[in-house]
Amino acid sequence: MTSVTSVSATPSVPAGTLLAARDLRKAYGPTTALDGAAFSIHPGEVVAVMGPSGSGKSTLLHCLAGIVTPDSGSITYNGRELTAMNDAGRSALRRSEFGFVFQFGQLVPELTCVENVALPLRLNGTPRKEAERAALTWLERLEVDDVRKKRPGEVSGGQGQRVAVARSLVTGPRVVFADEPTGALDSLNGERVMELLTDAARSTNAAVVLVTHEARVAAYSDREIVVRDGKSRDMERVV
Amino acid sequence: MSIGHTLLGLLESGPRHGYDLKRAFDEKFGHDRPLHYGQVYSTMSRLLKNGLVEVDGIEAGGGPERKRYAITEAGITDVERWLATPEKPEPYLQSTLYTKVVLALLTSRDAADILDTQRSEHLRGMRILTDRKRKGDLADQLICDHALFHLEADLRWLELTAARLDKLREAVAR
Repeated sequence: MTSVTSVSATPSVPAGTLLAARDLRKAYGPTTALDGAAFSIHPGEVVAVMGPSGSGKSTLLHCLAGIVTPDSGSITYNGRELTAMNDAGRSALRRSEFGFVFQFGQLVPELTCVENVALPLRLNGTPRKEAERAALTWLERLEVDDVRKKRPGEVSGGQGQRVAVARSLVTGPRVVFADEPTGALDSLNGERVMELLTDAARSTNAAVVLVTHEARVAAYSDREIVVRDGKSRDMERVV
Repeated sequence: MSIGHTLLGLLESGPRHGYDLKRAFDEKFGHDRPLHYGQVYSTMSRLLKNGLVEVDGIEAGGGPERKRYAITEAGITDVERWLATPEKPEPYLQSTLYTKVVLALLTSRDAADILDTQRSEHLRGMRILTDRKRKGDLADQLICDHALFHLEADLRWLELTAARLDKLREAVAR
């Protein structure tokens, strides 16, 4: 007689998937933000999350990144169930495995650019000199090493966003979450940021979850999912 | 725009005479370019020959015979296929896309689905151009940018139409 295999409450995730979500539901009071959304991404893949304002794109990103806990559903990262982890566990995961870029860089205004980029490493316990050396390498890659000693208030929007991208990559994350990363930039700067972000991510085999409503930005992705009324649609599996 | 598919789509709600079809077409889609009766006649002959419509009845009157056409199962499948197939992304697609969306609403199909499929097709084109731009020289970049801006304009129209589908559904039902 064969032994009884364990039955998991989590539906199986296709092999090679780094981050996957199933049937996510989230409501804020009477407002439904996610209504059965699904998502999956492989290492080195750039997936655009598109949809109109208020469709649930950002809530989906926040759930995937472990910032917000869904009311129900499953999120699996590298074989681990995110919804079963406590706050400290998710926090540690975010610091070590995930990187973040937001619409407005959200750099710490009191720190210089190189200190800002080094910050995630410092929070993980890396000594200052070592952290700043790594930070400088990323500033060079993002073509903004010349502003390393300046504070965020002294650099342009495009430069600040490149510094933010450098900060998101400095810990060698497996997943970068980018929420409208070029939303505050003109098209030339926006495109350069997208080129540098996707080149850097591909070269390190990091996956990028790219929330955007701009088609020209989404064109830097490998595929897109569309979120509408809290439901997601994976266009690769439809067309 | 495919007049044949549009007339077929209009027939889905029930059999009509050629003249009714022309009137329905002009009212919904022919704002600045009404259909000639000759076009209706030749299109219906072709559809009849291809088995996509059948003659549902003939009324004899004082004037010429009036044929009433009905869509066949093959005709419905043909409309379904046409609506589900995205258009090749190119400038000035709007009249075809508009027709597809209105017909989908008229025949209780999922119009948002058509817009999503088309968005995906446009993005596929934009990815190819973006990739070419990244690898190319300045001339390539400028040429690709021109095409990208046109596709982006189409996409903005798709998004706006998606946001207005409920209103459009009410308007076409009138």
